[in-house]
This record gives sequence, structure tokens and C-alpha cells, in this order.
Amino acid sequence: MGLRSYVITRIILTIPTLLLLLTAVFVMMRVLPGDPVALHFEKKATPETMEQMRHLLGLDKPLWAQYADYIGGIVDIGYLLQHGYPNLGKSMQTTTEDVGGQIFSAFPATLELAIYSMIIASVIGILLGVAASKAYNSVWDHLIRGFGIVTYAIPVFFLGIILQLVFGVYLGWFRTGLRISPTVQPPAHITGLYTIDSLLEGNLMKFVESFKSLLLPSLTLGIILSGVFIRLTRTNMLETFRLEFVTAAKARGLKESTVTFGYALRNAFLPILTMVGLQFALLLGGAILTETTFSWPGLGRYIVDRINFRDYTAIQGAVVMFGLFVTLVSLVVDILYAYLDPRIRL
Amino acid sequence: MMEKKEMSETKVKRSILARLLPQLRSLSKRGPSGWMVIVGIAIVAALVTMTAIAPWIAPHDPNKANVGPLRSPPSLQFPMGTTALGQDMFSRVLLGGSVMLQVSAISVFVCFLVGVPIGLFSSYVGGNLDKAISLVIDAVYAFPGLVIAIAIAAVLGPGVINMALSIAVVYIPSYFRIVRSQVLSIKELTYVEAARSIGAKWYTILLRYVLPNVVPSIVTVLTVNFADAVLTAAGLTFIGLGVSVDIPDWGYDLTKGRELLSSGGWWVITFPGIMIILLALGFTFIGEGLSELLNPKLES
Repeated sequence: MGLRSYVITRIILTIPTLLLLLTAVFVMMRVLPGDPVALHFEKKATPETMEQMRHLLGLDKPLWAQYADYIGGIVDIGYLLQHGYPNLGKSMQTTTEDVGGQIFSAFPATLELAIYSMIIASVIGILLGVAASKAYNSVWDHLIRGFGIVTYAIPVFFLGIILQLVFGVYLGWFRTGLRISPTVQPPAHITGLYTIDSLLEGNLMKFVESFKSLLLPSLTLGIILSGVFIRLTRTNMLETFRLEFVTAAKARGLKESTVTFGYALRNAFLPILTMVGLQFALLLGGAILTETTFSWPGLGRYIVDRINFRDYTAIQGAVVMFGLFVTLVSLVVDILYAYLDPRIRL
Repeated sequence: MMEKKEMSETKVKRSILARLLPQLRSLSKRGPSGWMVIVGIAIVAALVTMTAIAPWIAPHDPNKANVGPLRSPPSLQFPMGTTALGQDMFSRVLLGGSVMLQVSAISVFVCFLVGVPIGLFSSYVGGNLDKAISLVIDAVYAFPGLVIAIAIAAVLGPGVINMALSIAVVYIPSYFRIVRSQVLSIKELTYVEAARSIGAKWYTILLRYVLPNVVPSIVTVLTVNFADAVLTAAGLTFIGLGVSVDIPDWGYDLTKGRELLSSGGWWVITFPGIMIILLALGFTFIGEGLSELLNPKLES
């Protein structure tokens, strides 16, 4: 099978996964015991008001009809083209606003945070992981492993609060909240990522401003995630160092660094790449807490705000969006993997 | 006959202790990974003991307001300071572990009870049923865990059991996957075939021949899962989906303590934060050490 037919098959296989995912969210939010409308009003409304709300949101229909409405709304291409976002229903809080629109405007903030955190996590993780494997069973190895384990055990928001306190409040180097200084006009919306948009605009000041806001949250999330990368890189490198081709490379008199980075790391990289895809799910979970800590106006912050309003349509929409995002990332990672490792395509 | 039974019972009791101690001792001989397991067990045991005896040793009622001055920093009288309501932080820290411990224990138990049998059964039977179950489980596995937990906890409402259930759903796939991957290779081994050929029933094969060989990997997943459950529970509490306010809880104090920070009140978040980290760290140590000890690829 060529790369192209692999890509096409993989994309087609995504459809049942997506359907399964949408169904799972529906089951969680609608079929499980618990009445969203009753919870929304916290039992403080008359039965009539609650019935009216149910009718407005279509929650008085039989379950299969609700399911059809829900799936039908998401796959409604006409709606998507007209509005620029899928139909995820109306917010329970305002009953007029489209959940899809709110989610799509919050999404770039999360994407930007996710990209930078992932870069920080993989750089810290791979470098320290390689260093630990080179120094196997020495003091450095134990220290790095210890660091990895501690990052795993710290609640994200606790680390976030500490970084805010040290670098934001005491030292005053970086901002502890929001995406850009409130006195600065955000860059024009091109990609929605402030650091990239400001560069496209050619405005360095805005770039620095948005970077100063972005650094602490992405550092928080990056450090927390780096532990997994350290462990993976270390184990994979240790396993690779035992293989004969590494010994052969050393025997040929190649430089130590060439053997480590050009031979061993290259070989250990594929399993690491697969994990990057899987870690994305973990990253998004962490992003919810990081966004809440840093008042970062992304999807995670949105979901937490909506929980406070008990806005179940919005929560459901945001959960769907998280799922779509993860599915897309795993699709990209799989294609990348197939491109790098021809055995997958066989 | 009677005598024999009694004898065997005492024997069993003695042998559990007699077995555990040398195992701990032999762990210490297996290098840093073994020590990690020992330290992890010690941390967890210490925190569990502390929480268990807390009601008798806590100097104040953890919920009672105004037992001391409001927002007082750590002093001799209040070694961990007081909250914005004047509650004694030390008593709250002593007692605050019970929510975390209950939530994580219940969720791990539910995961184990659901994930392991499904994994055993599905992979042993194989075929389309196995494919279908794996597809569903993998979909859940790929989903951001905290998002699932949030969605379910938001629908179920607050409470220890509800929190534990919403966390359990997230981690069932880990058990299923590890059990499945092990069973797939074990069920092809000669000794299982031998059992089958002498006419052993499928459940006998699963429980007596396959399960014992899967247990070591399950134990590793289980300990890591404990740490994850603690952190997820803390996360749920942080975004307002925790238990009610009248139960002292590290997660709740960590969340509430944030409000005191701007006025310099570092103590309300620091102590519960450290406790959560210690608890998660203890479980991670055990899991990390075990997985290193059990990884055949690293044996030299």
C-alpha cells in the first residue's frame, strides 16, 4: 500500500471513530441518570419553567429523536458553511447564543497554549531523557528520573500558582493572566494565535506582549507533561542502546554525539512520536486546569465557566470539540508515523 | 480434621507476614527501583495512618470557624496557620486526606472490577466481539481523561461516590488494554493449551491459568492509577466539582487558599498542596519502581 492509499484509508477509518465518540458523549450527557434541566435550575424553578426549557432545547423528545437532532446538527454542512462553525445547539444560559460560535472563538487560545506547551515538554523531556539514559544508574540518572516523577505528581494548578507567585507577583517578569496586556489591542485575527498573528502583522511589540502572557501557562503545562517524555525517551533510549547497530556504530569509531543523536535517538524517536499523539489528550486535560489558573480565555476556561452556570448544552459542545481535536491530532500523528516508518504502510 | 483447619489458618496468617517482610527486604537489594517501591509504600502507609487516626489527634474541629484569629500565619498555637474563616489549618490537613483516599480507592476498585474481567473475557474469546469492545474502549482511552471526568461529574452532581465513578470511567481502558495485551500472548502458550486439552472449562483457564500471569502488570497499572485518581480528584475539586464544603478536603483548601494568596497568605495552599503531591508521589514511586523491576527488556 502506498502512502496515499494509507492516508485515504486512515481518514475513512476516522469516521466510525468520530461517530462512536459523538455517541459516547451523548450517552454521558443525556442517557446517564441526572436531569440537566433540573440541575441547571438547581431545583429552584417551577415545573412549567423547566418544561418550557426542555421544550426549547428539544429535551422533551424521545432519546432517539434527540440523538438524531444532535448528530444531524453536527454533520449539517449548510449550517457550517453559513456560520463558519458546526451546529452544537444553543446555550442553556442565554438560550439565544450558539454554542458552536462560542467554542470556535475560544479554540485558538487553547491551540496556541497547546502548541507551545508541547514544544516545551518535548524539548525538556527529550533532552533530559537522553541525558538520563546516557548516565544510566548514576546520580544524574536518578536526579532526572526524580524530577520526572515529581512533575507527574504535582497538580498542574499548584505549579501554575507557584509560578504565578514567583515570576508574576514577586519578580514581575511575566503576566499572570489573559492572552495579552489589557492596554494592547490584540493583533488582527488571521490564525487566531496571537504570537503568529502579531508577527504576520509585523508588530514586534504585540509579539513580545503576547509572549509574556503565554510563557507562564505554557511553561506550567510543559513542565508537567515533560515527565512523561523523560520517562519514555529514557526507556526507549536504554532499550536502543542495547541493540547491535548502536554497538556497530560505536565500533566504527563514530563520535559519541553522532551515535546518540544520529543513530540511537533516531531509532527511539518513533515510539516517542506515537506517545506525543496520545499525550495530547493529557495535555488538553491539563490545559483546562492551566487555563482556569491563568484566566486564559480558551476552551478549558469556557467549559469551567459553563459548569458554574450549569449550562449543559455548552459543556456537551465543548466536550465534543475536545474529542474532535484529539481525533484530528491522532490522525495527523498516524500519517506522520506512516511517512517516517514504511513498515506501517505494508 | 478440625484441628488441621485451625492449624492451616494460623499458618496462612503467619505466612502472609512472613512472606511480606522478606519481600520488602529483597526489594531493598534490587537497587534504586526497589528502594523507590519501599519509599512509596512508606509514604502511602504514613498518610493513610495519619488520616485514620486524625479524628483523635486533631487539636480542633476542622470545620469550626473562629477557633483562632482569621488568616493567621503559622505560629506555635496554629502550626499551619488559619484559614480566612479562622479554621485551624493543621486539623484540616490532618483530616483532609479522607476524601482523596476514599475517592481514589473507590475509583481504582471500580476500574479493577470492570476493566480486568472485560479485558480477560474479551481477549480470550477474541473475534468480532473483542474487536467491537476494543474499538469502544480505545475511543474512551484516546479522549482527554479530565474532560470525560468533568462531563460525567457535572451530570452526576457532587459527592464522593459520584466523583469516584466519573474518575473510574476514565481509567477503565488502561486496565482493559494491559490485560488484553497480556492475555493475547499468554493464551497461545503451551501450558494453556495443555489445560484446554485436559478439558478445563474456559473460566477455570482464565482464572487459574491466565489471570495469575497478568497480575504483575495489573499491579503496576493500579498504583499509577491511584496517583492519577488523586490528581484528577484534585482537578475536579479545583474547577468546582468536588464534595460539599463541610468536609475538610485538601483539594478544596488548595482551591480556596488561592484567594488568600494576593494578600500574602501562602500557608493555606502550601500545606494541602504538599499533602496531595506526597500522596500522588507515593503511588507514583511504587508504580515507577515496579514497572522498572518488571520490565524484562531492561534486565541485564
